[in-house]
Amino acid sequence: MSKPVLPPASAYFITPEHETPVARTLAVLCDNEPGVLARVIGMFSGRGYNIESLTVSETEHEKHLSRITIVTRGAPHVIEQLMSQLDRIVPVHSVVDLTATAGATGEARPIERELAIVKVAGTGEKRVEALRLADVFRAKVVDSSIEHFVFEITGRSSKLDKFVGLMAPLGLVEVCRTGVAALARGKEGM
Amino acid sequence: MDMNTPTENREMTGAQMVVQALIDNGVADIFGYPGGAVLPIYDEIFQQTAVRHILVRHEQGAGHAAEGYARSTGKTGVMLVTSGPGATNAVTALQDALMDSIPLVCISGQVPTTLIGSDAFQECDTVGITRPCTKHNWLVKDVADLPRILHEAFLVARTGRPGPVVVDIPKDVQFATGTYSPPPPTRTHESYRPRLSPERERIAAAVAMLAGAKRPVIYSGGGVINSGPEATRLLREIVEMTGFPITSTLMGLGAYPASGKSWMGMLGMHGTYEANLAMHGCDVMLCIGARFDDRITGRLDAFSPGSKKIHIDIDPSSINKNVRVDLPIIGDVGHALKDLIDEWKAAQPEPDREALAAWWHEINVWRARNCLAYKPNDDVIMPQYAVQRLYEATKGQETYVSTEVGQHQMWAAQFYGFEAPNRWLTSGGLGTMGYGLPASIGAAIAHPDAISLCIAGDASVLMNMQEMSTAVQHNANVKIFILNNQYMGMVRQWQQLLHGNRLSHSYTEALPDFVKLAEAYGAVGIRCEKPRDLDDAIEEMLAVDSPVLFDCRVANLANCFPMIPSGKAHNEILLPEEATDEAVARAIDEKDRVLV
Repeated sequence: MSKPVLPPASAYFITPEHETPVARTLAVLCDNEPGVLARVIGMFSGRGYNIESLTVSETEHEKHLSRITIVTRGAPHVIEQLMSQLDRIVPVHSVVDLTATAGATGEARPIERELAIVKVAGTGEKRVEALRLADVFRAKVVDSSIEHFVFEITGRSSKLDKFVGLMAPLGLVEVCRTGVAALARGKEGM
Repeated sequence: MDMNTPTENREMTGAQMVVQALIDNGVADIFGYPGGAVLPIYDEIFQQTAVRHILVRHEQGAGHAAEGYARSTGKTGVMLVTSGPGATNAVTALQDALMDSIPLVCISGQVPTTLIGSDAFQECDTVGITRPCTKHNWLVKDVADLPRILHEAFLVARTGRPGPVVVDIPKDVQFATGTYSPPPPTRTHESYRPRLSPERERIAAAVAMLAGAKRPVIYSGGGVINSGPEATRLLREIVEMTGFPITSTLMGLGAYPASGKSWMGMLGMHGTYEANLAMHGCDVMLCIGARFDDRITGRLDAFSPGSKKIHIDIDPSSINKNVRVDLPIIGDVGHALKDLIDEWKAAQPEPDREALAAWWHEINVWRARNCLAYKPNDDVIMPQYAVQRLYEATKGQETYVSTEVGQHQMWAAQFYGFEAPNRWLTSGGLGTMGYGLPASIGAAIAHPDAISLCIAGDASVLMNMQEMSTAVQHNANVKIFILNNQYMGMVRQWQQLLHGNRLSHSYTEALPDFVKLAEAYGAVGIRCEKPRDLDDAIEEMLAVDSPVLFDCRVANLANCFPMIPSGKAHNEILLPEEATDEAVARAIDEKDRVLV
């Protein structure tokens, strides 16, 4: 039998993460130019950050400005670093931690909304139940036949999760969600 | 067309705009390699004399040469490459410049806009590939945007924390005609506005912290050199004014002179005993333009445990990235140091002279350990000795020293004394083997009357050996001083230390005869094998009016010490006399070996 081989070591110093991750909603204002989204997403994947939700659209057409809303999760020092890295991207104008802004005024969270389109197919009692629940959740019927409904629902992500969960046994076919759009409360802009 | 006349807004082709923008942005020399997608630009280069083009032999060489040019002059380096392989070959140099904050503008040709996305000949997604390895990049689809983007590229590359940028120009845009406008007199950018002047209150807080320090350390980095000669002057002034000890990162060597009385030598993994112990034991640390890299900090949870840390950096993302600091100061090093000195003079603080004297005493005791000592040898050239002799032969002269990556790089950093900034060209962040030879060509092109030395290893130097042709063609009289130990020395050192002395593929067999190789390129080759012949051989190398490959045969198994082993803190640094085979074998215990 050969001698036991010593386990390999490394030239890098690896320290375990101690801080508990927190969820953060960030708003990023940037030029709407080709590749800007790739820069943002590439920075997240390249540096190992998480994206739980990402929403982007041009919000100021004459200035060609886009607003990206990112829901992320990480230790506080990681969030701080991530925001600096976002701000460093050349076409990025500003980065705001909406969760922190809300916290500063005593709110738990900023205004966060998401839209989902939910297709449910079925007949009989399940179909009736789906419609009844949709009513409770204030979902709108945007398309229907005698065998299906398509609902449109807006609200916090947790509400959408709940609704989709309830539709699952009632003939859920597919779901499309927009991701979170968010604004800070109060009269100030970012 | 006369390119030197002041430019009004006028009609020209995209290719002409490129050359005009180079002139208008103060570019005198560029490094490049032609190809199908940049031919219109090359045609314009042919028809003018204001911009000199240095033909390299591989695009990576163009990038490192431009980096060497930039680092040795403080100007922006420029490279010109074709589409596809031209651009992909540039990637290593771009990432190198990104990690070491070197201003570099890379202009690449691209297939015509109508062919983009069709897998055309020599097509690649250049902006996609270079996005993570540039500070910013552009694909120019309309000639109307070209002048603005070219000027913006120079602005982004050289301001703030400098870095590489890519401007990718499709061939049809090079042919298209548009209106050229010169760079705007005041350069501003909507979303990119690096902060130069730090906040006043932070400067006052820093002065208070520094004034109260009993065991202070100044830890400076490449940011001081990037900020310019004034920052270097101010750094020296603040050291003089406070009497504090100073150390520096690999990238920061030369900002404070190696002969200065407060100099402790480089810090970090192969830094000096006194510098690392001072970092470990200090009570106030002033970090100036450095980034707490993992080669500097060692074990993070044991990094300078008792100190309050002040960090001056122009890049907010450098703050609290690896090490949490107590007082971040965001701004340009030159501006911050000026404010700091003014504030210090105005506040007239009274530092604790007694405590400082005691601290210096402690440092001098560490210094007395003479951590860089090595056993001299009459029969075999010790690599440290070779660097020392090289230093003695060139000191006092205008000398630019580049290195490749490995043991020789660390010995160069330890034993070559740098008295001025911009004289030391090395790949710190990325650790690119193959950097040194082309970088020294870049320095030689910028400073034809100075000595351009490359301290190299036998393995690294082969990575861009083809650039010897570039050196010969352009009379770049680089002196490539190879510390030839026939090993990838640093790889071997790690294998001895961490992998049970199993030297897997770290011996370089079938090395070329470097003397004959030099001659094959039309350069001069010199070999030296004995310590007694070394000085004469170096003299001969310096006297030759031609590029030289110097094959310096050194002790094969010499290792680089001091060394902070993996998973260890600064105060667990291993000194050469302690580095017996047994100590080396035990340096890293079972627990740390599993640190992946």
